[in-house]
Amino acid sequence: MAEKPRLKLPKEAKKGAVIEIKTLIPHAMQTGLVKDKDGKAIPRKIINKFTAEFNGKPVFSANIEPAVAANPYLQFTAKVEESGTFKFSWTDDDGTVTTAEEQITVS
Amino acid sequence: MRRLSRRAALAAGAGGVALSVVGWHGKARAGVKEAADEVAKFVGGATAEKGKISIELPEIAENGSTVPLTVTVDAPMTAENYVSDVLVVSEGNPNPGVITFHFTPMSGKAEAQTRIRLAATQNIVVVAKTNGGQFYTAQKQVKVTIGGCGG
Repeated sequence: MAEKPRLKLPKEAKKGAVIEIKTLIPHAMQTGLVKDKDGKAIPRKIINKFTAEFNGKPVFSANIEPAVAANPYLQFTAKVEESGTFKFSWTDDDGTVTTAEEQITVS
Repeated sequence: MRRLSRRAALAAGAGGVALSVVGWHGKARAGVKEAADEVAKFVGGATAEKGKISIELPEIAENGSTVPLTVTVDAPMTAENYVSDVLVVSEGNPNPGVITFHFTPMSGKAEAQTRIRLAATQNIVVVAKTNGGQFYTAQKQVKVTIGGCGG
């Protein structure tokens, strides 16, 4: 099970503002190319998909390859027109989906 | 005394080789052709114009295992005119794919930052697609000094 993701975004914003969102999820991002000390390949296991929604509507997403560094970090923006909830999700190669939510008040 | 130090040197050398095997060298590098193939798949026969994209990467990456990358595409990001997809490919990693960003008008800006792995000194190629089906491209070279065999 993945560890708790970290989020950084403002709690409040003016209507129509473009806010910055930073996310990070602790994950080894095994590429499948690395060998252990016995020379056996460590199987690939990465976060392959990230999505960000605001009030149920897609804001930003990313298809992630093994070339993204361990503990995948993503920074992006969102234009907010109303108060609501951001929902973020990270999909692991093994099918596990980790989600996190954050509220924002828009005035 | 001399023998000992030679042994030490050999051991250190073997360690170095093991380390590089553990890294990215299990598989041949993707290369320019594979990167171009990925781009061709993405554009699907269309031509990508140069420009509109800014790629922020360090000129010299001291540690190839985590290199900050920021991609910004100049676009109004309105419902009528926005950048929908941005493909990032590598010419020098074992696999060409790095990441694909998907934006919507709700993104506000076509800008994203992440941290990537680079196996060697190479070009990073970025291709952006607009909702109208236009493509833009840019590339940037990054020199990798450690964890990349000095490329």
